[in-house]
Amino acid sequence: MSEVHLELTNVGIEFPTPTGPFRALQGVDLKIDQGEFISLIGHSGCGKSTVMNIVAGLYEATEGGVLLDGKEVNEPGPERAVVFQNHSLLPWLSAYENVELAVDQVFKKTKSAAEKREWIEYNLKLVHMDHAMHKRPDEISGGMKQRVGIARALAMQPEVMLMDEPFGALDALTRAHLQDSLMEIQKELNNTVIMITHDVDEAVLLSDRIVMMTNGPAATIGEILKIDLPHPRDRLALADDPTYNHYRSEVLRFLYEKQRKVEH
Amino acid sequence: MNPLKWGTIEPFYKLAIGEDRMGQLNTIVKMIGLPLVGIFFFLLLWQAAASNINTSLGQFPGPVQTYEQFVSLQDEASAEALKEENFYQRQEDRNAIKLEKNPEAEVKIRDYTGHPTFFDQIGRSLITVMSGFILASIIAVPIGIVIGLSSNAYAAVNPLIQIFKPVSPLAWLPLVTMVVSAVYVTDDPALDKAFLNSMFTVLLCCLWPTIINTAAGVATVTQDLKNVSQVLSLSWWTHVRKIVLPCTIPMMFTGMRISLGIAWMVLIAAEMLAQNPGLGKFVWDEFQNGSSDSLGRIMVAVIVIGIVGFFLDRGMLILQKAVSWDKSTEIR
Repeated sequence: MSEVHLELTNVGIEFPTPTGPFRALQGVDLKIDQGEFISLIGHSGCGKSTVMNIVAGLYEATEGGVLLDGKEVNEPGPERAVVFQNHSLLPWLSAYENVELAVDQVFKKTKSAAEKREWIEYNLKLVHMDHAMHKRPDEISGGMKQRVGIARALAMQPEVMLMDEPFGALDALTRAHLQDSLMEIQKELNNTVIMITHDVDEAVLLSDRIVMMTNGPAATIGEILKIDLPHPRDRLALADDPTYNHYRSEVLRFLYEKQRKVEH
Repeated sequence: MNPLKWGTIEPFYKLAIGEDRMGQLNTIVKMIGLPLVGIFFFLLLWQAAASNINTSLGQFPGPVQTYEQFVSLQDEASAEALKEENFYQRQEDRNAIKLEKNPEAEVKIRDYTGHPTFFDQIGRSLITVMSGFILASIIAVPIGIVIGLSSNAYAAVNPLIQIFKPVSPLAWLPLVTMVVSAVYVTDDPALDKAFLNSMFTVLLCCLWPTIINTAAGVATVTQDLKNVSQVLSLSWWTHVRKIVLPCTIPMMFTGMRISLGIAWMVLIAAEMLAQNPGLGKFVWDEFQNGSSDSLGRIMVAVIVIGIVGFFLDRGMLILQKAVSWDKSTEIR
């Protein structure tokens, strides 16, 4: 087992509201190894995004903290790249220029202009966007935008890649395509990834471990499920695989029995 | 070039190639016919009203008298141009004779100092308004961006903007005049004091809409894009250049268009009082002149002021379309 790469220790956060502080998270403990793919799953409003924003450095934990390679995380930075739910590409820049903005920022001094160009094109190729890299976000489909968003994050060569429901807004077929692309990329680069998802199949298919969160307020980690399926995984072969289906039902049981969402 | 993309020409082009003839005729009537009908009825109403108003300078000018004055202003301008040409011609002839007698002789050409024609005045007005407006924009856009980015700066500056925004140019002008005469003291002024007075008055009046709209535009930068900027650890300057500015441009230009409109209105008043050559001074001089032609000439000036104002606004619109990244949204 390799060394702990990213460590969350007793992370909790309170948000001030007009009616007093609201406790969103409490006592979140998680250790993640280099190259591990972690999914965060839970009902909406359970604080998955809050965990991610704390790791990204966009929120500051009220207590506890995050260590990346032994160093405390207290502000956002490109070594923790984020793939946002709604792609968040700059609409006035082409796909290439969007990635370029990130590359220019991260490799300002370490890469020459030619190396940067090559690196941008390499990353766009990785997500199969090299054919449309000079198109602007409003000229490409939702799935393509998300691909560019992933390319932008990959191009930062992050220590950890954070993905906030990256495929949530896409139709099922496009989503499956992107999941396959992501597995392919993961095989090649072996990144450390934390992904938020609502989709049980997606979680089981992609993850090494699934972190299941309890309902808020004061949400925390309920269970952690280790997915012991060999890589590379094939969605068709796994559809009838008893182990796969066992994991799947474990997650479903957690979500719909143990942590049943009470609708208000 | 695709002729179908030229809005005005499109129906004529389609009519020519015989595509949906009735529909094209309809469009053309709407586009050109109806405005003409509107103008026609306005002219009728104007004529009827004018013939019933008698002033100490004679009858109020109707469309016909106004047009006559426009023609006479053109004649004066071409007469003036001829005079200027002759003036220089005479000097050159004289110099040529001088040089023939003595090739070493020093010759010089004196500048023509005839009185400015109506069309010169339009030019002067445009120069004054554009200097005031451009200077105001250079000041207002950075202020707008800074107060848009920081809610503290906004809270500090906003009351001042709200107070100064409604102040009339006529209130600023005496102060500006005194300050300019006190501060701008040179023996050989490169710029006329009257020009500076009008320009600064224009500047003071057209700062505010640009500041307010730029700040409002900065507020349209979504949290998503701010997050991107934070994750990338963009510097303040890169953040402004790459994310805030492109987002702000539509609102910024809306503000600048309002500012230019105000600047043009203010300018006429400022020129009247500051006696700076321009359309305002033309109107004032004609009023003081009090001949039977004066009202007609002022009427010409009124219409010209309106038309120039319209074209200034169109110019801003074209500029806005040229610099805006989002060509698909319609800008009116």
